[in-house]
Amino acid sequence: MSLDYLDFEQPIMMLDEKINELKRVGVDTDVNVSEEIVRLKEKLETLTRDVFSKLTAAEIVKLARHPKRPYTKDYADRLCTDFQELHGDRHKDQGQEIYSGLARLEEQVVMVIGHQKGRTTAEKVRRNFGMASPEAFRKALRLMKLAERFDIPVVTFIDTPGAYPGITAEECNQSEAIARNLLEMAQLTVPIVCCVIGEGCSGGALALGVGDRTLMLQYAYYSVISPEGCASILWKSADKAAIAAEALNLTSDRLLSLGLIDTIVPEPLGGAHRDPDLMAATLKEHIIRELAELSIMDKTELVNARYARWLSYGSPDRS
Amino acid sequence: MSWLKRLLPKVSGSNKKAIPDGLWVQCSGCSATLYRAEVERNLFVCTKCQYHMRLSARQRLDYFLDEEGREELGAGVTAVDHLKFKDSKKYKDRLTQAQKKTNETEALIVMAGQVKAQPLVAAAFEFSFIGGSMSAAVGERFAIAAEYALRKGCPFVCFATSGGARMQESLFSLFQMGKSAAVLSRLAKAKLPFISVLTDPTMGGVSASFATLGDIILAEPKALIGFSGPRVIEQTIRQTLPEGFQRSEFLLKHGAIDNIVHRRDLKDTIANMLSMLMHAK
Ligand SMILES: [Zn+2]
Repeated sequence: MSLDYLDFEQPIMMLDEKINELKRVGVDTDVNVSEEIVRLKEKLETLTRDVFSKLTAAEIVKLARHPKRPYTKDYADRLCTDFQELHGDRHKDQGQEIYSGLARLEEQVVMVIGHQKGRTTAEKVRRNFGMASPEAFRKALRLMKLAERFDIPVVTFIDTPGAYPGITAEECNQSEAIARNLLEMAQLTVPIVCCVIGEGCSGGALALGVGDRTLMLQYAYYSVISPEGCASILWKSADKAAIAAEALNLTSDRLLSLGLIDTIVPEPLGGAHRDPDLMAATLKEHIIRELAELSIMDKTELVNARYARWLSYGSPDRS
Repeated sequence: MSWLKRLLPKVSGSNKKAIPDGLWVQCSGCSATLYRAEVERNLFVCTKCQYHMRLSARQRLDYFLDEEGREELGAGVTAVDHLKFKDSKKYKDRLTQAQKKTNETEALIVMAGQVKAQPLVAAAFEFSFIGGSMSAAVGERFAIAAEYALRKGCPFVCFATSGGARMQESLFSLFQMGKSAAVLSRLAKAKLPFISVLTDPTMGGVSASFATLGDIILAEPKALIGFSGPRVIEQTIRQTLPEGFQRSEFLLKHGAIDNIVHRRDLKDTIANMLSMLMHAK
């Protein structure tokens, strides 16, 4: 099976192959195939729309984890200019599971901070599959404080299967690294826009997620635990992950209607990986719009609004 | 609670429950059979091996607070099944069951009161209530406690014992980590102390939010404290974990906590620390 297609995309793949085959025939011979190609392309679009209009939660999780899905760096490269990568927690480690730096988003200077998964095997290992260490979280915090000092808004990209579970991570106090980010983000005096671009899983996701706005790409997911983890604990079987995915209400449309996120950023037909440029352009528009709204608030107003927002989650009486 | 059992190492796993009624108690630390009344006098610490047994939230607060002037806060805030969650059981039924079992309405009990005549607000987790997991109602009770401290200008002390997030509330539960941290940012700004006491076990979303944000963090001896459960770590790294991993003594050695305090000394220690921290007020 091609890496480009997920299991539920098989009919799409078959049609895609047919179109490609026809194109080859058209090049190699005199047969006029253009009309048939147009017809098949229309059919493909209808089919794709149909498949993507009734995705299950489990299928959306698969899309969120698609190996070709754009990662933080892909967006940073497309959204920003003058990107200056900034490394390290200043104590122990470079923290490559998080990609971060200063950049310009059109006219606006921003601090970009996001979980970074790897594309090649070597990069996957170097990036620890997007599972951040305490050092990477502390690097993120250092840069948020830096941004605060120079009045620079923070844009975060959330894409992680969770914080790294390991011996060193525990020795270096993974819990505290996450907790400290939550507390400092809650009181940071510059705007924070958080974008869930792929996997928003557990505390490792939230460690970049306490902001003024939560945007979520259409086929990203955001959950307290992975569907597999949830299934093996509550259903005592990882095979029940699809049911758990449904029960966890982790999709963007469910979370929007529950009031836990602010905006769904629509993805290109077939998902973000089918057209990363279009995806990045749409996301950029959304981020710029949110930053513009937030930039008119003074610092006290901003922090108070963020505080009220975070106190209201799960307590509707407060909002 | 098999998911929590799996989170715990063998020694304390299978037979460790809230202290059973009856004349005799078996210690999970050394397996000795102990006379209940004697153990009770010893604050449910094993008289043979000093193993700290689990306390209910009310026992905890009862040992800690002065008798006069106690007032429970946030009792009216109870769990809501936002997602109509159902696994092998309905969440709604799990809640009813937990309420029957513990006689509590949620996994966190908050009380305003005094410790050695110093006013404060204290909160304690009830582990027998769905593993002391953090629901939206738990988060709200935590916020109510912190807001009380802010209003009265008094310290806040929290005793944690929790498996972490409450999965049945999914993102609502995860966001309570942000909520509890946010409310503590206000306490810090007001220069009011937050003392976090970690007891067995303090894991996951609780450990990775308010529990590790104490101005002072204390732990009872040999408590299991960490972000990821030992089982998850073992599966990830495919290695056996070293002896004493994620125990209080390990955390002290690695600089994560201020001190380990025996249960009988907790009240005196905290009262003393608070009186020093509050000296200027
Ligand atoms: Zn014993």
